[in-house]
Amino acid sequence: MSAPHTSTLSATPQTPSFRLIAVLGTVAMLSGLLIVLVYQWTLPTITEQKRLALERAVQAVIPGASSIETLVLEGGQLHPDSANVNGLHVYLGYDQAGTLQGIAAEGSGQGYADLVKILYGYDPACQCISGFKVVASRETPGFGDKLDRDPKFLANFQALDVQLDAEQQALANEVVTVKHGTKSKPWQIDAISGATVSSRAVGRAINDSASKLLPVLTPRLSEFAKRSP
Amino acid sequence: MDSKQTPITMDTFLAQVWRDNPVFVMALGMCPVLAVTSSATNGLAMGIASTFVLIGSNLLVSMLRKLIPKQVRIATYIVIIATFVTMVDYILQAMAPAIYAALGAFIQLIVVNCIILGRAEAYASKNGVLASVVNGAGTGAGFTLALLLLGGVREILGAGTLFGIDLFGPHFQPWLVMILPPGGFFALGAWLLLFSWLKQRKTRRAELKGEPLHAG
Repeated sequence: MSAPHTSTLSATPQTPSFRLIAVLGTVAMLSGLLIVLVYQWTLPTITEQKRLALERAVQAVIPGASSIETLVLEGGQLHPDSANVNGLHVYLGYDQAGTLQGIAAEGSGQGYADLVKILYGYDPACQCISGFKVVASRETPGFGDKLDRDPKFLANFQALDVQLDAEQQALANEVVTVKHGTKSKPWQIDAISGATVSSRAVGRAINDSASKLLPVLTPRLSEFAKRSP
Repeated sequence: MDSKQTPITMDTFLAQVWRDNPVFVMALGMCPVLAVTSSATNGLAMGIASTFVLIGSNLLVSMLRKLIPKQVRIATYIVIIATFVTMVDYILQAMAPAIYAALGAFIQLIVVNCIILGRAEAYASKNGVLASVVNGAGTGAGFTLALLLLGGVREILGAGTLFGIDLFGPHFQPWLVMILPPGGFFALGAWLLLFSWLKQRKTRRAELKGEPLHAG
């Protein structure tokens, strides 16, 4: 605030401190009010947009899913979704007759700028990844942000092999991202040229998440296969 | 800027768009200019968001200009600008989540855009409410135009698209460097070159005709 010895600086009388505080306080209060109003006004839309985005992402990776059931993987067990369980979210997609169409799960991997959060679809019939969608990323616009739009990259996820090994405790083959144009195995992901780091993030996200989820999920699949519509 | 009240003319708006364009002439706000212009859509969205903040902050600063003591003016301007930025942040999240995701942290960073603080200090704090709003809108339009020109050039050359619409067909090999950071500098350099050439040409013509030069 104002120093006591500023009288030599200018001929104009010094503004008293309380006035400075009053003005700043008033402006801050006005700002707070405006922000709260806008926050209250936009909150329902933002929540709805987030829910829609999740639903769209789940439907994109599980084609034919009309209703979704959420589970949470925590401490090596699947729990029903509730506010006090934190862990990996798993979505079971059912069609209208109540038959399991596929499973979607969250995954995240370190990208170029920040964590790349994805949602991938798992098809129990072929024991493979059937698609993925980026949920959140801060990757370079024009490069790493085209992960789920680049047709050549998406071709990797038509049937990406994630079979479990003989003991059913781990993936038979680790999902790895290889340099553009060097994919030779069904569990490899061919990186986008110019966005290798972001492509690797997707591979790591799927590998980390699937290697935790699938050994827990596979024995219980018959339990989830059908539900009353 | 004049400290006395000047009448609002077309020039209050247009000077900011062309003669005093914040990016191409004054070279302000380079951080968002280079960072978000990898596509025309991103540039346009950033421009519109900044315009909203400019108009809002100019309006409020001008309304409160006689109340704000000069010792705390900068702090007050920053609080006002941050308020409008936060509002834009929420509104974009609600109305255009895809654009919000694409622009990332650069929406929040509008707070430190020197164009906006510059307008508050150099214009809104000395002029009437309406003139300040018009001036803010003009600056916003100029900034949006600059972002759009840069983003357009970079997207066309770097991705072969404009506003996401494919321009050249499948056989076009995009000039990838243009949407990388260096491309921002190349495109900005080219535009600055064009603008200073236009300015020089104008000055030379004025000299030839023996007309008085424009002040500034």
